[in-house]
Amino acid sequence: MTSLSRYTLNRIAGAIPTLFVVIAAAFFIVHAAPGGPFDEERRLPPDIERNIERAYHLDETTAEQFWHYLRGLASGDLGPSYRYRDYTVGELIAGALPLSLWLGAMAMLLALIVGVGAGTLAALRHNTFIDRAVSAVAMVGISVPIFVLAPLMVLIFAVFLNWLPASWTGTAGPLRLVMPVIALALPQIAYIARLTRASMIQVLGSDFVRTARAQGLSTVTIVRVHALKPAMLPLLSYMGPAIASVLTGSVVVESVFGIPGIGQFFVRGALNRDYTLVLGITILVAVLVITLNLLVDLLYGFLDPRIRRR
Amino acid sequence: MNAPSASQPLWQRLGESRPVKISLLLLFLILTLSLAGPYVSPHHFAATDFDGRFIRPTVDGFHFFGTDDLGRDLFTRTLLGVRVTLLVAVVASLVSLGIGVLYGATAGLIGGKVDALMMRAVDALYALPFVFFVILLMTVFERNFWLIFIAIGAINWLDMARIVRGETISLKHRAFVDAARLSGLSAARILWRHITPNLLGVVLVYVTLTIPQAILVESFLSFLGLGVQEPQTSLGALVNNGVGYMEHAPWVLIVPAAVLAVILFCFNFLGDGLRDLTDPKNSAQ
Repeated sequence: MTSLSRYTLNRIAGAIPTLFVVIAAAFFIVHAAPGGPFDEERRLPPDIERNIERAYHLDETTAEQFWHYLRGLASGDLGPSYRYRDYTVGELIAGALPLSLWLGAMAMLLALIVGVGAGTLAALRHNTFIDRAVSAVAMVGISVPIFVLAPLMVLIFAVFLNWLPASWTGTAGPLRLVMPVIALALPQIAYIARLTRASMIQVLGSDFVRTARAQGLSTVTIVRVHALKPAMLPLLSYMGPAIASVLTGSVVVESVFGIPGIGQFFVRGALNRDYTLVLGITILVAVLVITLNLLVDLLYGFLDPRIRRR
Repeated sequence: MNAPSASQPLWQRLGESRPVKISLLLLFLILTLSLAGPYVSPHHFAATDFDGRFIRPTVDGFHFFGTDDLGRDLFTRTLLGVRVTLLVAVVASLVSLGIGVLYGATAGLIGGKVDALMMRAVDALYALPFVFFVILLMTVFERNFWLIFIAIGAINWLDMARIVRGETISLKHRAFVDAARLSGLSAARILWRHITPNLLGVVLVYVTLTIPQAILVESFLSFLGLGVQEPQTSLGALVNNGVGYMEHAPWVLIVPAAVLAVILFCFNFLGDGLRDLTDPKNSAQ
């Protein structure tokens, strides 16, 4: 077996137990809850109560319920929502997920373009005003949390200047995407710019870049052909945390801008104690993050042969 | 920054970095003010005044930061928020310190297959979106102050575990550990009496980096309404409340947002500075 395919199998085999542990942990946290989900309702006749319990599998033991839930998961069935009575959790997620994914993907794309650009520029102008400016702005992006940034953006660009719509509902067109995407991207831009700057400074100081320079190649060619690829490698290992961070950020951004994505459903579900909905979204996000991390890992092994030997 | 000599103890070299000095000073000021706040301010943090809603920041009546939607004094509430936020962050950091040191030192000391397995588990946990699990916990159990501490602490121990493990491995081959082992001490005793005290420096630096992360998580949860509950408040909860009124009363948003940003800035500069001072790679430059 080649080292690449052994590495690939190894990684996939590592992800499966993680996935199982995550699902089990989430499930048992919810089932350790004191009291049932319908305790706050007015008293119902006993046989109706029993019917409800049967419909939601509340009359079974926890182990039976877990087995039931796992079987449902395998077929994409996350159970009924406790609060949105006529919907299943699957339906709610299916309706909201595309928007969230779209938003997250655009933010990541923007963050990569701007972050790599700014980081490279800072590295090329190492120890000049531009370098310091990029580092300072990156520090702001890292220090100021999204839930401070997003409302302040609304205050400035929607309330004071009136350039952009403040909320998702009540407006249409691409303009309403501008602020959410930027707010979601800003912290990632900051991290990516810092990472790119650091690794680019290192790469630009290496022997092969000096050789390229001695051959009279232009700076643009050196960066594009020789320096960019090795400088991007540390960035790849940041992609895993970045994905988790964008998903977390989208919870805030969707709440602030009133975007009907899974983040908003998640917060509402948490506030309304909609156990199945919160459980479903937690598991979905975990699966998403683990899968994307696995892809990043595999890509890393593909690009950097040294890593496969570990 | 001129290269500080590595022979001096860390605390003597702190003054050599300007960002570190300024951050320490600002944090000290904010902390003192927040602790003294209830005694200095003439207003109670929960006292409502329906005739004095949305007063702009003014010196009249000592509403330095204005009042909020219920006429509560924002200066007093912000100080309370700082207090709660810092308290949660420090306790959560101590929780993560406890878990991280125990886990990392154990893995490092035992070594071999156990170590490899324990570190594989840390790698796997790294990838998880922990905040979603914390929110799941908050949904299921009552929004309890102590649960917030523990949950946030449980997120941040991973880096600590890695760093402590590395340090432990380098420590355990030192002569004094060999000497302790030869004199027949148990592994637990060696861990507690000989390894842990020597980890202190690294761990303290690292706690400075953990505190802002804990602040972020706490204020994130409070911002979503899942953290600290009324009439108690935290900076995240104050920002959340401010968002609702920013069109008419922007200061209700701007004041807590700015204070939170300043605190996070200080901790980040402090952490960066301390890392530069302790990292031998940097002092060589």
